[in-house]
Amino acid sequence: MDVPHKPRIGLFVTCLVDLFRPSIGWAAVKLLEDAGCHVEVPVQTCCGQPAYNSGDRRLAKDLARPVIEAFAAYDYIVVPSGSCAGMLAKHYPALFADDEFAGRADAFAAKVYELSDFLVTVLKVSAIDAEFPRRVTFHDACSGLRELGIADQPRKLLGAVRGLDLVEMDDHTRCCGFGGTFAVKYGEISAAIVDEKAEAAEKRGAPVLLAGDLGCLMNIAGRLARRGSAIEVRHFAEVLAGMADTPAICLPRKR
Amino acid sequence: MSAPLNSADFTANAHRALGDAHLQQALHVSRDGFIAKRTKAVARLPEFEALRDAARDIKAHTLAHLDLYLEAYEAKVRACGGTVHYAATTETANAIVLDICRRHGAKSIAKGKSMIGEEMGLNAALEAQGITPVETDLGEYVIQIRHEMPSHIIAPAVHLTKDQIAADFHRIHKGLPPERDLTEPAALLTEARKILREKFLAADIGITGANFLIAETGTSIIVTNEGNGDLSQSLPKVHIVLASIEKLVPTLEDAGTLLRVLARSATGQDMSVYTTLSTGPRRAGDPDGPEEYHVILLDNGRTKMLGSDFAEMLRCIRCGACLNHCPVYQSIGGHAYGSIYPGPMGSVLTPGLFGLDHATDLPNASTLCGACESVCPVRIPLPKLLRQWRERAFARHLGPETQRLGLAFWGFFAKRPQLYGPAVRIAMRGLALLGGRGRFRGLPFANDWTASRDFPAPQGETFQAQFAARKKT
Repeated sequence: MDVPHKPRIGLFVTCLVDLFRPSIGWAAVKLLEDAGCHVEVPVQTCCGQPAYNSGDRRLAKDLARPVIEAFAAYDYIVVPSGSCAGMLAKHYPALFADDEFAGRADAFAAKVYELSDFLVTVLKVSAIDAEFPRRVTFHDACSGLRELGIADQPRKLLGAVRGLDLVEMDDHTRCCGFGGTFAVKYGEISAAIVDEKAEAAEKRGAPVLLAGDLGCLMNIAGRLARRGSAIEVRHFAEVLAGMADTPAICLPRKR
Repeated sequence: MSAPLNSADFTANAHRALGDAHLQQALHVSRDGFIAKRTKAVARLPEFEALRDAARDIKAHTLAHLDLYLEAYEAKVRACGGTVHYAATTETANAIVLDICRRHGAKSIAKGKSMIGEEMGLNAALEAQGITPVETDLGEYVIQIRHEMPSHIIAPAVHLTKDQIAADFHRIHKGLPPERDLTEPAALLTEARKILREKFLAADIGITGANFLIAETGTSIIVTNEGNGDLSQSLPKVHIVLASIEKLVPTLEDAGTLLRVLARSATGQDMSVYTTLSTGPRRAGDPDGPEEYHVILLDNGRTKMLGSDFAEMLRCIRCGACLNHCPVYQSIGGHAYGSIYPGPMGSVLTPGLFGLDHATDLPNASTLCGACESVCPVRIPLPKLLRQWRERAFARHLGPETQRLGLAFWGFFAKRPQLYGPAVRIAMRGLALLGGRGRFRGLPFANDWTASRDFPAPQGETFQAQFAARKKT
């Protein structure tokens, strides 16, 4: 579809960003507004993925329906998370496949974009007005990568940041072991997997690790902090929006 | 169910596996090799993705018409002088093998690698009747002398280091000089070859598995890298093929397409070293071959899966790529799954074949990262199928009740934004106040997280509250 002059965006901020790291939400708002969008944030709780992946299809549908209704009127639904965007864009249609709600779910899903994908693919953003003169490495979060094909989009945007030097770590497409409720249901296995991610990041020697999913970021930051690593972990949107002066995940608040 | 199964102990098994230094070493070595070799093999073949589509379509088509292809296959085998036996259960399959053994007075069996044999628990059934099964695949031989289950569907002894295997050989092969050097893998292979050759020659019956059964010709195909399968089936007087019903493909050409994705996905080879086709017993004028040729077609729950939401799993050609690329398998190895079919494919297949009740952990113990689906040569949607088992388990209250209650509690609030909003605002402000250091080293409700990771403190006010405040100004 043609992009409207000033597209109306419903920002699905995700429950983790809402609760733990609003700075990612503000970074998304700034990036979208700078690109000429009108951004609104309808009342929201969670996309329902924890229920969906725990096998509770009914609860997942109960949580999905109000999201579809609340966002139906927007030109686009933008999500600063590949995982939640994948839930909205790929799994909502599956959830309602044999349901009278199917048509609405499909129409909704067609308008859902992960943040970097939306900026690059839909808005054709190429210039980024931000400076970050540091070496960074990038973790490809699984759902964004394999469900939505998010790989080049954030790298392209990061490449436009002044001074930023992106270096790839080993196995950057390997899962960090978060997996939503997996991280607590099978905490020991999850820890073993994230330990390898932490090792790969340390081995690469970049002082900053970026990714596009707060769940993965909390997992990686939590493990790096426990290992006593000095690597700063944050969402790529904070860097793109020039808002990387907020303390990184797991670092103390400024007084 | 004959195969040993302790999937109910998954969490304890995984804990043990994570602390096993030998296992961790072995898993690291094999993982990097498998992944790098597959990546290279795929890069060498530009049409690989198209071949995956073709492979998927061949298997899907065959499964949709399996009854017809089974009949055609059986007729062809019979026309070539062979016998097809149908076995609904592993008990029946074992009884058929034992009956053939009895008729021939067999005392010793040369066995090629067969996962169906593992599923049947065939070795135990043979031994109970005083018949000696000799595993001729090196990996299978190693786990046989260690009395273990395979930990990988194509590399049964991948959980062992070569030092462990050398120690086993020193222990078991008593007649050889104790000071011999077994540090190199080649030395292990040579020694196993020498020992096994003698047993091939003494075997009364040869048993192999089958990678594919071809309806068009009545042929069974095995692929190996050691050539052991050839000897297992051509030297003894009787050849028994063990196969499950979904191994059928319509034509030789179809098998060719599947072979092109099989080895590349499995070991990163363009082709396995040996691809052996067997069609019936030895004919007049053939230089070698068995006098009798039997195929035992095992169902063991597969027709039930065929008519279910899990039918896509039956496309599996047992390459093991999903195991090799799974971060959970890479961390804990195959034994922790407590099933001969481990990893993503096993976590879908095990509940299908052996029941969900004692295997509830398997479909749940996945990050759903999707690496398995991204490498599957027949494009089985493994994450979707894992999630479907989770739904079955949830519907039947099979998981831990605490997790269920936690989900229901969270769901109650998440469904009610007018309660959820204020509640999470208070909670996050409280947590932020306590977490001035930016993180928690321990949290009473998150021990499973904080045992190994710090938990990030929230920034303070929720985003939605902040955004609403901006709107007002």
